[in-house]
Amino acid sequence: MINKTIANAREAVKDVFSDSVLMFGGFGLSGIPENSIRALLEKDLNGLTCISNNAGVDDFGIGLMLKKHMVKKMISSYVGENAEFERQLLSGELEVELLPQGTLAERIRAGGAGIPAFFTPAGVGTEVAHGKELREFDGKLYLLERWIKADFAFVKAWKGDTAGNLIFKGTARNFNPMMAAAGKITIAEVEELVPAGELDPNQIHTPGIYVQRIFQGEGYEKRIEQRTVSGK
Amino acid sequence: MLNKTQIAQRIAKEVKNGQYINLGIGIPTLVANYIPDHLEVVLQSENGLLGIGPFPTEENIDPDLINAGKQTITMAKGSALFNSAESFAMIRGGHVQLTILGAMEVSENGDIANWKIPGKMVKGMGGAMDLVASAENIIVAMQHCSKDGQSKLLKECTLPITGIRCVKKIITDLAVLDILPEGGFKLLERAPGVSVDEIIEKTEGRLVIEGDIPEMNLN
Repeated sequence: MINKTIANAREAVKDVFSDSVLMFGGFGLSGIPENSIRALLEKDLNGLTCISNNAGVDDFGIGLMLKKHMVKKMISSYVGENAEFERQLLSGELEVELLPQGTLAERIRAGGAGIPAFFTPAGVGTEVAHGKELREFDGKLYLLERWIKADFAFVKAWKGDTAGNLIFKGTARNFNPMMAAAGKITIAEVEELVPAGELDPNQIHTPGIYVQRIFQGEGYEKRIEQRTVSGK
Repeated sequence: MLNKTQIAQRIAKEVKNGQYINLGIGIPTLVANYIPDHLEVVLQSENGLLGIGPFPTEENIDPDLINAGKQTITMAKGSALFNSAESFAMIRGGHVQLTILGAMEVSENGDIANWKIPGKMVKGMGGAMDLVASAENIIVAMQHCSKDGQSKLLKECTLPITGIRCVKKIITDLAVLDILPEGGFKLLERAPGVSVDEIIEKTEGRLVIEGDIPEMNLN
């Protein structure tokens, strides 16, 4: 097996360059590559294009990269409660491409799967459709969406092995598997890194072929945005 | 007039046995609390789960298990987890049978706006555009009027559209209304203590009223 292990997050991001296109797995703060983001924040980078369903929150995740003005453009589906993201969007400081969530997921999937474009019903009749080809199939209108790829994809898994095979946990899987395939260089951080052969091949979600670098993350905060509990 | 919980309670009566259901953020999320126990339904969370269970206890909280509103949840028995592309494949593929979501405006031909107020507020569309473009059965949960008293049931939406000709039914704090295939809000029920005149006054789009309009039954 090819060994993809690297020492840590700092080594993982060593060749990330200004103006590059980056993907970050995660939905809200669940399943985000916390270690890689921390390491990127220490680097002197700007002009980045970041592709991620959300942009973290004001003081965590990609939100911190926005605050440091490292990001030129965000491609996302949801701004939500991130006040800094909304402020930079409305003031025009940040270029933002908002996409339907399923379109974002499928464009990334297409990027990793060698499908240059596809038709989807999402966004027909809305401003998302501006400048995109419309075509009718069986009496319904669809719009043409193109693939997206990245220079670097940052993903976070629960377990991984030295061959780059990944297993996710709960709803922390979300965009991570498609992004792993759509990155020229995919960097996986995992909570538990084991030697190749120790994970059950039947249980692998993302095969190691998509992963170029893997390291064991540390100090996961796993912040919760909406702590909801049931009354006893 | 209904409060938010009562709107959720009334919407729960639309749920049918055996349905796969996507609940949006806000009032729609509350609907889960009022689905009768004898109905077997599966709640889809667009971030990758079929089978949303109740909120966890303090000891069972898992940051790797959240719903689309980023709330901590549990999994029901028989759940399945998947990635975001798969999640929207099942949505666009028409496998989710009931979609309940919030709105800022709905037009009389079923257009919905719920993601942006130009120059003021941008939440993003999240999964809403995929859902409304694909789902057969879309119910909107919302207040009949905005905070400053403007009707949200309009001839045409004034805000950027999320989807066209897609809403089938609206449940507000004042009324239950169907969107007619030829356009228009058909009044079906009024909230307890709300008169038909008040609904007429607070509906800007074409309102169709036939015969006596019964009061809603919440139980």
